[in-house]
Amino acid sequence: MEENEVIGPKSRDRDIEGNKIYRFLKLNSFDELEMDYTRSYLSPKNYFLPFKEDLVTYSLQDKGWEQEINYTIHPRVIVGMRACDINALLKLDQVMLKSAYPNPYYFARRKNTLIIGLDHEPLEDCFCKSMNSDTAFHGFGMFLTDIGDKYFAAINSDTAFIILNRFDAEEITDEDRLLFKAEKKKIELKFKTQVNITILPELMDLEFESEVWKKWGDKCLSCGTCAMVCPTCYCYGMEEDIDLSITKAVKRRFLYSCNLLDFAAVAGGHNFRPDAGVRLKYRYYHQFRGFMEAFDQSLCVGCNRCGNACLAGINPKAVIDDLIETETK
Amino acid sequence: MSTKIIQHDINLEPFMSKSPDFNRKSILMQTERSFKSEIINIITLTALEKLFHIRISDHFERENFSFLPGQFVMLHLPGCGEVPISISSSVSNKEYIELCIRKVGKVTGMIHRLEPGAIVGIRGPFGTHFPVQKMTGCDVLLIAGGLGIAPLRSPIYWINEHRSKYRDISIMYGARDPDQVLFDYQFEEWKKIYGLKLLTIVQNAGKNWKGRVGLITDLFKEITIDPENTFAIVCGPPVMFKFVCAHLSDVGIPRHRMFVSLERRMHCGMGKCCRCNVGSTFTCLDGPIFDYWTVMNLKEAI
Repeated sequence: MEENEVIGPKSRDRDIEGNKIYRFLKLNSFDELEMDYTRSYLSPKNYFLPFKEDLVTYSLQDKGWEQEINYTIHPRVIVGMRACDINALLKLDQVMLKSAYPNPYYFARRKNTLIIGLDHEPLEDCFCKSMNSDTAFHGFGMFLTDIGDKYFAAINSDTAFIILNRFDAEEITDEDRLLFKAEKKKIELKFKTQVNITILPELMDLEFESEVWKKWGDKCLSCGTCAMVCPTCYCYGMEEDIDLSITKAVKRRFLYSCNLLDFAAVAGGHNFRPDAGVRLKYRYYHQFRGFMEAFDQSLCVGCNRCGNACLAGINPKAVIDDLIETETK
Repeated sequence: MSTKIIQHDINLEPFMSKSPDFNRKSILMQTERSFKSEIINIITLTALEKLFHIRISDHFERENFSFLPGQFVMLHLPGCGEVPISISSSVSNKEYIELCIRKVGKVTGMIHRLEPGAIVGIRGPFGTHFPVQKMTGCDVLLIAGGLGIAPLRSPIYWINEHRSKYRDISIMYGARDPDQVLFDYQFEEWKKIYGLKLLTIVQNAGKNWKGRVGLITDLFKEITIDPENTFAIVCGPPVMFKFVCAHLSDVGIPRHRMFVSLERRMHCGMGKCCRCNVGSTFTCLDGPIFDYWTVMNLKEAI
């Protein structure tokens, strides 16, 4: 704790029903850590893709300019990430590291972050099991499963092993093994929400002109909240800041949302996606069809943060169910 | 025992200390670093369009910069913004690149106010290119509408420099008004290229226009197409290439032998920002040059 920056779930506020609202924040002591947290309102992706990030600083001179880029990231530990959030990172890795033009900022953050995962019992609306992201096999340093009065720790990196050795860790016994299996089984059986995604990629094409998009689009406020809380949304925009003395400029990346009005606007005034319904459709289209085509998996991990945060009450399960229904009618 | 996590310094990665080479897409490099470049010449084409000659300042970076016809660069004006612009010059010109820019938005408006000697940033080249090598031994149709002539100059130069590899070449160019015709000072030169037919047409003829009047599709009456051995390159507004490609398809040219260039407002050029998303793909990585079969199957492409 005193040696590394540690980030973990903390309760920040309470919602209208008195439930705690959690966020991943910097911890000052382990007492602040709430290992029994339900779901963080914002996903921990922002420690890899910050909302705002200075990419390049320019010093402007009379004639010309100089650029300065700083990729240095200090190591940190994130404690308590769920399997779905770890899977979300693995999906982001596909885009940010494993396809054309690996992103150095993301690479630096990923390399310098030790992830300690944590199993949990699914909430009412979690559908990560349907999205195949209820378990994580890699992408973390350590993964903890609560087996009563002990944690069962899966180790996936040397750094995590060194840290583990500082605590009084015991070898697992046969009894622990059974407890671990029982806990996993219990978690698996607790999933209530199911989303059928097997035919979804085809359905996205078949139902491209569907009324469903208009119906949900009319509700959509085009606020972009869903993309902000989503653990996998990575769209961004660029902005340039210039200081008043005109000596310094910054090129900055800020996370964007495909639901915002000017997402597909081009110079000259044309907007390729002027309707909220169309933009909403493309959000789903990218998540369940475009990403599937590129990387053989859907972008969605089934955490339902977007459904939870949406001010207009749009949630992915309802939209997908609606699509499937119009199909079978 | 210390549990301080050892920092992984990515500046030590093999290519991180070098100047980026955007043709090596899979390598981790400083993708944010732009090549400092000087505007060495500005040619005013019309009231809205200017042609900028841009020379990468650093000797090594200039030598290392190579592109293929149809690719684009991100042109950056620090403190103002970055815009994607198709390269409009010959690939064999190692001294400078030419960018034809229409004054249409904030960044391009600012670029139009620059004077020779100004320093800008260039990142790239990005995107796909016209498959000029595949067209060897065939007729090539180059069809442009309006500003679409700008990205076509690069393949025209290519064909001129590899003339013996291709059969008949036809350039068809349509504009709305005579004063919007770009690069007319080069027409005479192009017409002198062996076996090249240049046809121009405008929609609204003014007093001084002596050429053809009508739509670009009217020009098809004047050429004969051998559908089995023809490639087409079509550049212009989407409504134009929709009609042009429909016609070419009727003549019998397979759709995967027609190439079009799509345009979106990209923010990165590297498949990360999603802003140029069309259907299930991105214009910056899988485009901007698509074959027409792909475009037809992409949602909202045209």
